[in-house]
Amino acid sequence: MLKSIRTTLLCATLAGVSFVGHAHAETTLNALFMAQAAYSEADVRAMTEAFTKANPDVKVNLEFVPYEGLHDKTVLAQGSGGGYDVVLFDVIWPAEYASNKVLVDVTDRITGEMKSGVLPGAWTTVEYDGKRYGMPWILDTKYLFYNKEILEKAGIKAPPKTWDELAEQAKVIKDKGLLATPIAWSWSQAEAAICDYTTLVSAYGGKFIDGGKPAFASGGGLDALNYMVASYSSGLTNPNSKEFLEEDVRKVFQNGEAAFALNWTYMYNLANDPKESKVAGKVGVVPAPGVAGKSEVSAVNGSMGLGITSTSKNPDEAWKYIVYMTSQQTQNAYAKLSLPIWASSYEDASVTKGQEELIGAAKLGLAAMYPRPTTPKYQELSTALQQAIQEALLGQASPEDALKTAAENSGL
Amino acid sequence: MERQNPVFTAFVYAAALLLAAIILTPILWLFVMSISSAADLSTKPLNWWPNEIDLSRYRLLLSTIENSTGAAFTASLFNSLKVAGMATLAAIAVAIPAAWAVSRTSNVSWSLYAVIATYMLPPVALAVPLYMGLAYLGLLNSVFGLALVYLTILAPFTTWLLKSGFDSIPKEIESAAMIDGARLDQILRLITLPLAAPVMATSALFAFLLAWDEFFYALLFTSDLRAKTLTVAISDLAGGRVSDYGLIATAGVLAALPPVLIGLVMQRALISGLTSGGVKG
Amino acid sequence: MSGTWITTRAWLLMLPLLVVMIAVIGWPLIDTVRLSFTDARLVGTEGTFVGLANYAKMLGGSNFLRAFVTTTWFAVVSVTAEMVLGVLAALLLNQQFRGRTALRALMILPWALPTVVNATLWRLIYNPEYGALNAALTQIGLIDSYRSWLGEPGSALTALIIADCWKNFPLVALIALAALQAVPRDITAASLVDGAGPLNRFRYVIMPYLAGPLLVALVLRTIEAFKVFDLIWVMTRGGPANSTRTLSILVYQEAFSFQRAGSGASLALIVTLLVTVLAVAYAAMVRKAAGAS
Repeated sequence: MLKSIRTTLLCATLAGVSFVGHAHAETTLNALFMAQAAYSEADVRAMTEAFTKANPDVKVNLEFVPYEGLHDKTVLAQGSGGGYDVVLFDVIWPAEYASNKVLVDVTDRITGEMKSGVLPGAWTTVEYDGKRYGMPWILDTKYLFYNKEILEKAGIKAPPKTWDELAEQAKVIKDKGLLATPIAWSWSQAEAAICDYTTLVSAYGGKFIDGGKPAFASGGGLDALNYMVASYSSGLTNPNSKEFLEEDVRKVFQNGEAAFALNWTYMYNLANDPKESKVAGKVGVVPAPGVAGKSEVSAVNGSMGLGITSTSKNPDEAWKYIVYMTSQQTQNAYAKLSLPIWASSYEDASVTKGQEELIGAAKLGLAAMYPRPTTPKYQELSTALQQAIQEALLGQASPEDALKTAAENSGL
Repeated sequence: MERQNPVFTAFVYAAALLLAAIILTPILWLFVMSISSAADLSTKPLNWWPNEIDLSRYRLLLSTIENSTGAAFTASLFNSLKVAGMATLAAIAVAIPAAWAVSRTSNVSWSLYAVIATYMLPPVALAVPLYMGLAYLGLLNSVFGLALVYLTILAPFTTWLLKSGFDSIPKEIESAAMIDGARLDQILRLITLPLAAPVMATSALFAFLLAWDEFFYALLFTSDLRAKTLTVAISDLAGGRVSDYGLIATAGVLAALPPVLIGLVMQRALISGLTSGGVKG
Repeated sequence: MSGTWITTRAWLLMLPLLVVMIAVIGWPLIDTVRLSFTDARLVGTEGTFVGLANYAKMLGGSNFLRAFVTTTWFAVVSVTAEMVLGVLAALLLNQQFRGRTALRALMILPWALPTVVNATLWRLIYNPEYGALNAALTQIGLIDSYRSWLGEPGSALTALIIADCWKNFPLVALIALAALQAVPRDITAASLVDGAGPLNRFRYVIMPYLAGPLLVALVLRTIEAFKVFDLIWVMTRGGPANSTRTLSILVYQEAFSFQRAGSGASLALIVTLLVTVLAVAYAAMVRKAAGAS
């Protein structure tokens, strides 16, 4: 009680001081982003600067952590009253964040214009139990990238349409001595591995959870892991993939050391940038392949949203910032590393220009996006699956046994 | 000098060269990476020396333009300085009277062993309540909160070092002054503390280095520019999401500079502090 | 002055330290004990009393045993290697040769390098595609293709141990060197006259001087190695396939990633108990050695 009175007094004093000091009260927002893929750190800083220029009474402090730290940081900062106001969250967290009241329900703040303008697939990123916990911001899935020059040298006419074709083409490249290990993935013991696995699960028509129980240990879930293990042990996959995150995959691909790579949207324009890449101009992109008789293409929902934390003292300014960051205008202006959430942007020449191939792949891929399981215990499930994938790759357990153990340890 | 045959001498020099190589190679490589271009660092075979010296990362990290990578890095540098500085001062402040009391009053010395024994506690055993406590006090993500938590590590350590320092100052000097009618605070201020100044300096350096090095609590209890320390900033960079290895290396060089300089300059004091504490503690 | 007054005064002088210790160590520790009997979560629920369920769950799972074995292996191997290398380096630095002072000064460098920087440095060195280790070993011809040092369960823990050793053996060396310099010259000279071989000389003449400081270093290093977190967090985060997941990483995961404060607390206390047993056993050894010398 005493403390709260003191705090109030202190706040009042501070507010008074700032009123005297400036012409208008300044609000400071703290926003948490990730330092990696999709929008680059520089892009986020530039967007934010444009926002603060338009809204001089709001100041935004930006914080960037690696994806691996994003979840724990958000949750841990909950305890501190003056934590973040705006947080970036992955599509897999709304369930947990909603149950633990980390994020504010913003369903009522969303206008009709937003509702109809944003792609339906993007909305799934921020929804849990019929409510919306933020705005989708990064609309992303994993695509199959290929090195056109290497495929041409190998005499391959068209990129693979199925995962089996991918293995066959990789074998041709390997046998012709063009590359020792033609495929690069991000199979490090991290969420990145789950994204690759989910892509394959969607291709094989598998299910993570059925009737509240884990269902990935058989059917499509098992087929997916079997494919990964076969690709790894046949030597078609770069064995270092089991240590790679997305940026490692990009480095290998843009050094011309991989013919195929599974990665997010952002790699397309970076790998085509001659300053960064040795394969600029030779980058091809298609949706991740399908499985004959089961699917045409495959994709994982790797989208992310921006939400307001329940501890934020300035939810209105926070929402204003989120609306600006997710606006069609902002997203169209920075569409090189992450594609807009707005349906009409895909017909806008200023967005599609120079990346027609990516947009073509996106139209198919984004429509096929497959969700990772929606459960408040996602972190445990994911940790158990990561272990299973690595054990199977390393030959410590058969894919079947590894997935069975993961199902037992998944907390479901 | 002992008799030495040439074979033995040659062996000594070879071993010394090997030791120097083991110690220096990784450190030199860290430095070379920090001045190599990204292209030099991702070629096969690797370029052991950059084609062109690239100092852009130093400029990037040390720039102070608002809301830039550099501003974030320099902010964490200052946070580390603040946290380590405050924690060191606080630790020394509580350690001096306690260490003196234990040194001069043998029947309370068991309490010092109880304090030192807390060194065994893994930080994870305290982390959850500390987190909740700091949250309650509104001290999460604050340099003051973090400095307070660092006392868990620094206070026992500095008390231990200071106690062995006071042990080496003869009691008789103090009793002589006491007979002359000096008060305790006068004795401490005018006689004991000046004599113990070198030990105090050593303890303070150790405490500072320990705080500078700390990672676990900083990872849990800080979240942004207001309190995030250098170790957390570096682990964020090294987390596999920054593709420019040179940038990571540069951050490493900058973070290592203060402790390495302290280590090189104050080596003699640090070693003697460690060994005297080690032998007598 | 009476004895009681001196004792009281001592306690008064210790008061600030004791208050601080109780605030930042005593209370959190007691609260961890309380939490360990509840199903509290990190944010949100206060939790209810669940008895020993957390302990049963943590000790019963295969994760704990595996992490315990990993931690013990890491601690035993790295500390042993640090002791051996440290003493060897100290014996070398105790010889007369040109550049000795400079080399001695260099020894402080790895120790002064922050742990996180050390971990980062070695992570870059071990990089499977562009790391210096792969490049060097290939150019010398020791391996014919690049390896995934931190990606293979067989080599990941060893790679971590090497990184830990490199940082810490110089400290052991400096402590041992200081002890060596306390060995009176005439004793070594006398043993030479007596015709003692180098091994005997080390064992009977030098070792008594080294034993005390080395044991203290051994105790401190073992406790530290048992608590290892930073190095592993930065280099592997417990992977591949959890082959480097030590107890501290496991506790972090339970208490903070999964936010199960209750079971995390019980696991943390189990770790504390293990470290305490270890330390007490060592303390007995130190006392025995001190009594012997």
